[in-house]
Parts: sequence; structure tokens; C-alpha cells
Amino acid sequence: MWNYSETVKDHFFNPRNAKALEDANAVGDVGSISCGDALRLTLKVNEETDVIEDAGFQTFGCGSAIASSSALTELVIGKTIAEAALLTNQEIVDYLGGLPAEKMHCSVMGQEALEAAIANYRGIELVDDDHEEGKLICRCFAIDEGKIFRAVEQHDLTTIEHVINYTKAGGACTSCHEKIERVIDEVMANKKATSSTTEPSAEKIKPQSVSSLPPSSKLLQKVIEVLANLRPYLQADGGDVSLVKASEHLIVVKLSGACTGCMMTDMTLGWLQEQFSEALGKTIPVVNQAPETPAES
Amino acid sequence: MKRNIYLDNNATTKVDSMAVEAMMPLFTKQFGNPSSIHSFGDQVGGKIKVARRQVADLIGALHESEVIFTSCATESTTTAIYSALKVNPDKKEIITSTVEHPATLDVCEQLEREGYIIHRLAVNKKGQLDIEEYRGLLSDNTALVTVMWANNETGTLFPIIEMSAIAHEKGVLFHTDAVQVVGKIPLDIEDSDIDMASFSGHKLHAPKGIGGLYVRRGVRYRPLLRGGHQERGRRAGTENSASIVAFGVAAEQAELHLETMSSKIAALRDKLEKGILEQVPYSFVTGDADNRVANTSNIAFEFVEGEAILMFLNQYGIAASSGSACTSGSLEPSHVMQAMQIPFTAAHGTIRFSLSRYTKEKEIDYVISVVPQIIEKLRGFSPYWKDGKPLDVKAFEPAA
Repeated sequence: MWNYSETVKDHFFNPRNAKALEDANAVGDVGSISCGDALRLTLKVNEETDVIEDAGFQTFGCGSAIASSSALTELVIGKTIAEAALLTNQEIVDYLGGLPAEKMHCSVMGQEALEAAIANYRGIELVDDDHEEGKLICRCFAIDEGKIFRAVEQHDLTTIEHVINYTKAGGACTSCHEKIERVIDEVMANKKATSSTTEPSAEKIKPQSVSSLPPSSKLLQKVIEVLANLRPYLQADGGDVSLVKASEHLIVVKLSGACTGCMMTDMTLGWLQEQFSEALGKTIPVVNQAPETPAES
Repeated sequence: MKRNIYLDNNATTKVDSMAVEAMMPLFTKQFGNPSSIHSFGDQVGGKIKVARRQVADLIGALHESEVIFTSCATESTTTAIYSALKVNPDKKEIITSTVEHPATLDVCEQLEREGYIIHRLAVNKKGQLDIEEYRGLLSDNTALVTVMWANNETGTLFPIIEMSAIAHEKGVLFHTDAVQVVGKIPLDIEDSDIDMASFSGHKLHAPKGIGGLYVRRGVRYRPLLRGGHQERGRRAGTENSASIVAFGVAAEQAELHLETMSSKIAALRDKLEKGILEQVPYSFVTGDADNRVANTSNIAFEFVEGEAILMFLNQYGIAASSGSACTSGSLEPSHVMQAMQIPFTAAHGTIRFSLSRYTKEKEIDYVISVVPQIIEKLRGFSPYWKDGKPLDVKAFEPAA
């Protein structure tokens, strides 16, 4: 499926330096088993000359992760720490005679392990900023929704090309372009919504997210008004409700307190739906936001 | 000698040689359009009619007109879902499961963006559904239930007969993605409450590019593709006549071999599993081992990554597949493995072996002999493995 180059296959089936150096004085760890790939790079650096005399890798990962690790060790042996610090993931890719677009992150992992090992050698602790935010969008460079969202928002990005230039996301296999476009659309819709001056008056039940309807929407204002009127009834029974979002097709609320529990949720939702249909003159399904949305792939 | 051991039959199958033979004349002399009035057309039309009967027989459909030929099961599933929504314009909810094929999941995700409510039934660690949860979700707002019959990764069977009956008690339409059961277990759709079923030719030794959608007579239906009277107006577009004819022959052959599937193939699958599990520590079978299609085995190998295993297997001439992220160009393990909460040490190391009636015992013996070496070698590269044992992996993991 990937059509790996002969060099990649060679470095996978006959990896160089697949070992843990017992006398290493620089260690770089990146990745984790739950992420699907992890690399521990061990270096033996001559402390007088700063030359990397030996390197070893231990990798949990796919074919290109192992090949990239093997290539990395070959590339750094003989280099000084200062020279090695300039190594880019592209050099690993070139050394291997190319990697499939979807596998670029394997070379990035190699580069990051090297950075971590160099930092370790110099006695610097690297801050791990490999936290995940939201769904993974670009699988080639392992870039999640949060990072793209922030880039689009901060730099007013409006096209795929912009996003690629700022984040790399979408720059390889292109299969995530539809998802990136959705992020762009969402940010633009949010900006449009917040720039309009008319804030809804029912302060108490401000929706947590209005991505589906702008605050100026008549329907949204009506929904907020209806909910504000119904709320005291629920509160009287020891429950409460807030609005998550509303669209032409769906109203999402968040029930709490005595309104929840298997039987009560359905009953309350049914009642809310009835009240909404009456007030809005049409039936829009009302659903409860699940307490915790399971991670989806 | 380089071996060619094909154990990826849930991905696709070798085309039956009789099916190939049957389709050849349609590329040469019998090229007519079945809609044409002349004998060129008639000749082909007659063959399609035979094929439709053969496919109807395999799935246990009473009327051959209940079988609509499509380009693939993805098209069938998409058609079924959109049809259900069009015939139920006031109903905005769909019930499905978390472990469906992307053909279902992605359509549902898109519908969710458009405002529909999608209920996704969870599975337990064995990949089983909670029928009471399902029962509780059915309502007057449910436009459709669409749930797979057997899971493509684990082979686990869902109780589709029972679930379709429950749906009908509440008057709800029921569609099943039957891709992984057609040709593997005896089916009697007529005698069930299934309204629609999707299936594919290439999973049962027919060529790629041909699928089918069963729509029970009397069930309201709206076509996805309009524009011609082909398939009785239910799927416009000139028929893929050669593939349809091959599909018919393959269906007939599959029916003849159903017994082989449940006896010989199941025995080989069990032998494979036992042979591997006995020799490889930290490995286990995923899914519901007591309730699955006979040809499928999904084995999780802890502390190894699936694609790396597949590359080594390929080097030995063995073809299998993996729910590993890396084989799909993703970074997350398959949604099926995630839904079953496979331990994170194994989630990236699942390998699916799927057999067919062409699988031979000596091939299985060979696979059993090489898999343990491969796993041992790869574990040797791993930072989580030392001296034949795993290290304390939790220590490597960031706190969740």
C-alpha cells in the first residue's frame, strides 16, 4: 500500500544500531505506546570533542518509524552535537529515498528524538508540548484540530494554502482538506457571530456554543426565551437546564440535577420538546448533551 | 520458493474461476445493453435475470426483484440510509453502532452535521451490543436502524434477526450492512424483519465493483441515482452486466460452500489461533470468540505495532491486515479496537487473519511457524521490552 522505497525496506528489515547504548550520555524519548509510535534514542557523545561516537535506537512503531530511527542513527554518528542540531526531518526522508506523505511524521519523530537527546546532553529539560487538542485532522504531520483552529483564528487564515503554510497541516496527502475547510468555516462563522453587536438579552441561558446559529437569529432568541420561561419549573423539582446549541434542525440542551437519570431525561426532553413545538410553531428535536462524549476516531 | 498465502479475505477475495469464465463473453460477443430491444440486449438481459435469482437465493430473498445491483456495498448502504430519511421526512434520528464500517459511520457523521440525531450503540470489551440500550433508543422519531451483521475486523456477529424484530415492534425501518456475512453464514432474509441489506460481490469471490442492496417488497424506497429505468427504476445507470453475471455465479458457488465455511474453515481458523496464542506470550483474541463468522480471527499482540508485523508477514509471503493506525495512514488505532477498549499496549498491534475456502492447512501451519519469530524480533526493537518481558509500560505513559 505504501510503496516504500528499497532503502526504507532495507532499514526496516535490517535496522542499523537497533540497540540501547549502555554507556549513553544523551537520551531522547519521544512518543508513547498509546500514540502508536515511540522512539528512544541513546547517544554516546565524546565530552571533549562533542562528537557523537555511537548511537542506538529502540522503536515501537511501524515500518517507516523503525526505518526512520535507523536512518537517524546513521546520520548522526560522527557529527558534532552542533552539527547534529541542524538535522531536519527532510534529511531523514532524503536519506531513506523518500517516505510516503502519510508517513512524514515518522521522520519528524526522529528529529524530535534527536532534539530531546541533545537537550538531555546539555542538561536542559524539554517542555513536552505534545498535548492533543481535539480530533486529529492532518494525519501526515499529526496535527490536531486545536492547533489548526488557533492558527486560523489568530492569523485570519481563509484558504487551505494558508493553513498549510502556517501549520503544515494538509500539506502532504491532502485527504484532510475537507476537514480543514470545516475548521475555517467554523472560525469564520464564530467571528461573524461575535462581531454582530446584538447580544441576546436572556443572559442567564447564554448558549455555550452558537456555531450553528448566529446570536442575532430570531430562532435562537426565541429558544432562549422559551427556555428561560421553562427553567423555573425544572428548578422547582431540583433540576436545571442550559442551552448548548440550537439550529433549525436540533436543539441541544444540558440537563442537570434531578432532570437526569435514565427515565427522567427522556421525560424532561419530551416535555421540553412539546413546549418548544408550541412556542416555535414547528417541531425541532430536543436532545440532551451526553455527560461525556467518548473519543471518536 | 516464495509463498503466496492470502489471509486477507475480509478485505477482498480471489475471484472464483467459474465466475471469471462466465463474465468473459460479456466483454466480447455479448456486449449488448440489456435495455435494448434487439437480441444483443435480450441475451444479456436474460443472463442478468439468472444472476439476480442466484444472488436472491444466497441471501434468502423470496422475490428476485428485491435484489438491486449496485456498484458496491458502500453505495448500497448510502442508498439505504438516504432512502429511509426520504420516506420518513418527519423523523430525524438514526440508530447505529460505534463499530460500523466507515460507509455507515461517515454518512451518519455528515447527517449529524446537517442536524440529524445519530445514536451510536456502544459495545463491550467483547464487541457485543447492549440490546436493552438499543430498545430504549427506538422511538417515533427513529427514521432508521442501521447496524452491521458481522464486524469486518473481528467477525463478531450482532443479533440482527432479534434487533430487526425489535425495530418492527416499534414500526421502525431496519437496514443491515451484511457485507461480512453473505456467503459466510446461511441467510434467510425473507423470514426476518430486515427491510434492507447491503452486500458486496468481491467479499465472496466475485469481482470488485459490484454490490447489491436487498429491499423487501413493499418497503417504501427512494433511489439515490435517478435517470433511467434500470433495476426497475431503483438504481439508474447502465448495468455492469459482466460483473453482475460473475456475481451470480460466485453467489451460487458460495451457497454450495456454506457448509465448508462452518466446518473446514472454522477448524483451520481455530488451529491458527491456538497455534499462535500458545507460542506468543502477551497475545489474545479480540471480539466475541464464541459468536463470530468462521473465517475471521483478530489477534492482538501487545508491545508491537501492526504495520511492522504485516511488513514482516509480507516478507514471508503472508498477506493479512491490521487495525493498526499506521496501515491506514492514521495515528489512532481502529475505531473498532477503541470501541472495545482494547488495552493501549495492544491497540496498535492487532492483526486480522481472514480465511477463505481456498485456504489450505499447510498454509496455516506455515503461518503458525513464522508469526512467533516475527513478534519476538519486533519486540526486540521496542523500548518497552527487555529480556523477553515487557517493562512497566505505565511508567512511560503520560497521566491520562
